[in-house]
Formats: sequence, C-alpha cells, structure tokens
Amino acid sequence: MAGGYAVRPAGMAGHRLWRRWLDHVRSETARHRREQADLDQPAPGPTEQADDTLLLLVLCCHPSLSPASAVALTLRAVGGLTTRQVAAAYLVPEATMAQRINRARRTIADQGLGAGSARDLGRVLRVLYLIFNEGYHGEVDLAAEAIRLARQLTTAADDPEAIGLLALMLLHHARRASRFAQDGSLVTLEDQDRSLWDTALIAEAVELLQPALATDRLGEFQAQAAIAALHADAPSAQETDWPQIVGWYDELHALTGSPVVALNRAVARGQADGPKAGLRALAAVPDGIPRRTAAQAFLHERAGEPARAAELYGRAAREASNTAERDHLVRQAARLRQPAGQPSAGTSTVSRVEEADG
Amino acid sequence: MARYLLLKHYRRSSGPDPLPGTDVPMDRWTEQEVADHLRFMDAFADRLRERGEFVDGQALAPEGTFVRHGGEGKPPVTDGPFAETKDLIAGWMVIDVDTEERAYAAAAELSAAPGPGGEPIYEWLEVRPFLGQEPPTDA
Repeated sequence: MAGGYAVRPAGMAGHRLWRRWLDHVRSETARHRREQADLDQPAPGPTEQADDTLLLLVLCCHPSLSPASAVALTLRAVGGLTTRQVAAAYLVPEATMAQRINRARRTIADQGLGAGSARDLGRVLRVLYLIFNEGYHGEVDLAAEAIRLARQLTTAADDPEAIGLLALMLLHHARRASRFAQDGSLVTLEDQDRSLWDTALIAEAVELLQPALATDRLGEFQAQAAIAALHADAPSAQETDWPQIVGWYDELHALTGSPVVALNRAVARGQADGPKAGLRALAAVPDGIPRRTAAQAFLHERAGEPARAAELYGRAAREASNTAERDHLVRQAARLRQPAGQPSAGTSTVSRVEEADG
Repeated sequence: MARYLLLKHYRRSSGPDPLPGTDVPMDRWTEQEVADHLRFMDAFADRLRERGEFVDGQALAPEGTFVRHGGEGKPPVTDGPFAETKDLIAGWMVIDVDTEERAYAAAAELSAAPGPGGEPIYEWLEVRPFLGQEPPTDA
C-alpha cells in the first residue's frame, strides 16, 4: 500500500479521500499488528545510518540522565544554544543550568558511550517532544528549536516514528497563533479560529505522515499525528471526523496503555457517540489523571447538566497545573453559573453545542 | 521538571504540630548552635546549586504591614504590624527538580538542619508546587 497516495489536495473531496485513507491505514495496521506482532518490531538500529547529529542526540539522551538533564544537554550540545539561553528558557539561574549541563556531561563521561539501539531513538523522540512542549519563554523559541532538531533527526535516521514526531510537532505548531486570545486567555481547540491555522505547515505534516504510516510500523507519535491531522483537516469542530479519532485513540491506547490516552479517548467518544457514552468511557479512567475533572465537567455540560458541570469546572480549576488552564476553567464555571437570560459576552460554546445536538 | 516552593514558617496557626522538644525559638539557642544552623542552610543551598536544582532562596523580616486600596484618589490604607500574628513566614527556597519525590527529599534534608545540641530540628516545611503558565499542547 506504500506509494501512489497523492498529497492531500485542497477542497472537500480531498478531505474525504484523505480521511478515508487514514481510516484504511488504521484498520490495516490493527489487523497487521494482530497477525504478525513479531514483524512490527522496530527496524534495525538507527546507528547503522547514523551521522554525527544522530549519535550526538542519542548520547545527549543517555538512559542514565534524567529527562531534564537530557533536555538541557541536547539544547546546549546539539541545538547550540548558550547556557544563558537554556537557563532563560527554563527560568532558572544561569549557574544552576551550567551545573545541570556539567553534571549531565560528567554522567555520560562516566557511563561511556554504549551501543546505540532503536530504544535510544525512542528516548531521543521523547526528549525532543519535551522541548517542544515547553513552548516559548524569553528569547528562545523552544518549539521551533525542537522542530529544527526533529528535522535533523529525520534526515539522519529513516524512522517512521521520528517522522511521526516531526509531523505531530508541525501540526501542533500550525495551530499556535490560535491557541491564545488577544488578552492571553486560552482558546480551546473547539473555539479556535481555524483561519489562523498555518495550512503550509499542515500540508507539510500530512505529506510527511502519509509515507510513514504506509510503512506499517505504527508508533505512538504517528498515531498522535494522525489524530492531530484529523483535527487540522476539519473545517469546524462540528465537522471533525470524531469516529475515526476514537479509532486512532483505540490504536494509541493499544500501543501505550496510558490512562491519559484513555481520558482523551473518552472525550472523543463524547463527541462521536454523545456525552453519555463519553461519561461511561470516562468512568474507566482512574481518578487523579490530570484534566479528568475538566473532561467530566465538559461532558456533563454537553449532557445538559449545567449546575453539575459548573461545580466540576470549579473543582477542575483548583486541580489545574498551570494558570492558563485554571483561568479558563474558572471562566467556564462562571459562564454556567450566570443567571438565565444573561449570557456572558464572547462565549458561544453553549449555543453552538445546542446547534450541534439539534 | 517541576518547580516547588519550600516554605519555612516562624509560626503557624494550622498544619501539623511541631515534634515535642523541637520548637525552641532560635533566640534561645547558643551562638554556636545558631552559627551551625546557618552554615547548614548555606551548604544546603550550595548542594542544590551543584545539582542544578536551585532557583531562589530568600528570607523575610518577621514584621510586615497590611496594605489595601484606600479608594479613588486616596492614599493606601495600612494596618499593623501585628506582633501576635499567628501565621508568619520566615522565608523560602524555590527548587526545580525532576520529581515530587525529589522535592520531598530536599525538604526533608532541609528539615534536618541542626538546632539545640546540634540535633536535627525536624522542622515541618511546607512544599507547594508552582503552577506553570501554559498547558502543554492540546491534542
């Protein structure tokens, strides 16, 4: 099935084709994995085709380093940032970051090089994704830096998961301008102004992702990228292909067993099959998973229980791990507690949900 | 990486009681005991620096003033200081560590600072995670 698939053309017919192709890949992959699990092992070690960049990346993400140390060393040694820049990006004193980098260097020197393996590549991918998710503080754009490093990596290592990671980053990055409102408040995916999405980046990501998926060596970054691509493909939240997104979350859950994935799958179920189905799926997600309460609030709101949802949004705000999410959740609670007939300005979620349900 | 505040209290009106015999006020310690305690604190901060975990450390004066807005065009309203305030923060350290367990280990290390007789003071430290600014990318 490799080859022969055109890059997603513009227009709705293209959208449908691309989605159908993604769906096809998923079912093929699932069948394939069941039938010949052994063949789905990662390809021979990337060091066979490695250049200096790849070696250096694997070294900087050495298993004896903590993720934070690997991140710091990668940015310094591969990214070429100064210690001061890395320190500023992570909001710690320069002396602290200098020590972190020095210790990481010493650790690797003590441990020795070791043989590179495909598992090392997985660690590199996770470190790059950590850098990407740190976003932007001060003068260094870490998301852009992570993309740059991932590009180098895909040049050095022909690996579908590395390509999947790069595609995922590009798809997230494409939405960056729409993630925050003028006043700095968080805008959820559902309410983002999709005209702000960077279509060139989306097209590039899709172009990368297609051949990676066609290798039939599915991994978590490719599956996440497929989900992000389905979002990027939808002209509006209502027109999102939720059933297929649920399918990809099933794939992702089979790959990772992660409760965070189970949570996202429950939310997608809520979109695909209605809030009650979402809440049933959520019941299987353990308590204490970040954003579980927020997801619960969202599903109860959809189920037409504003009082319960408002209470849950309030609780979710107290559990939030960052101020942007906390403020967003507080606003959701306030919106639902507004007396009837006094809709708060600028919030259209409820009316749009009613339209979608009706 | 996660950021934590290690909060030192002079006095608290809530939270766990001090361990029996460990709440002797510092002004009743000997000069040597005070000096040893302070040296321990400096060495602790240095160990955090050496590990690449130190972000900030500050001490606060024990007395402060309450201030609020006094109304449009009016000066701020002040009150206090209150000598008998039940909750008094002595100072803090901010650390940037890999895990919550590591934050607790650092707090426990700080809590073992020497007091009277050179014995660990077993002080309760309050460990509070910082909120980040932004969520990770939405999926």
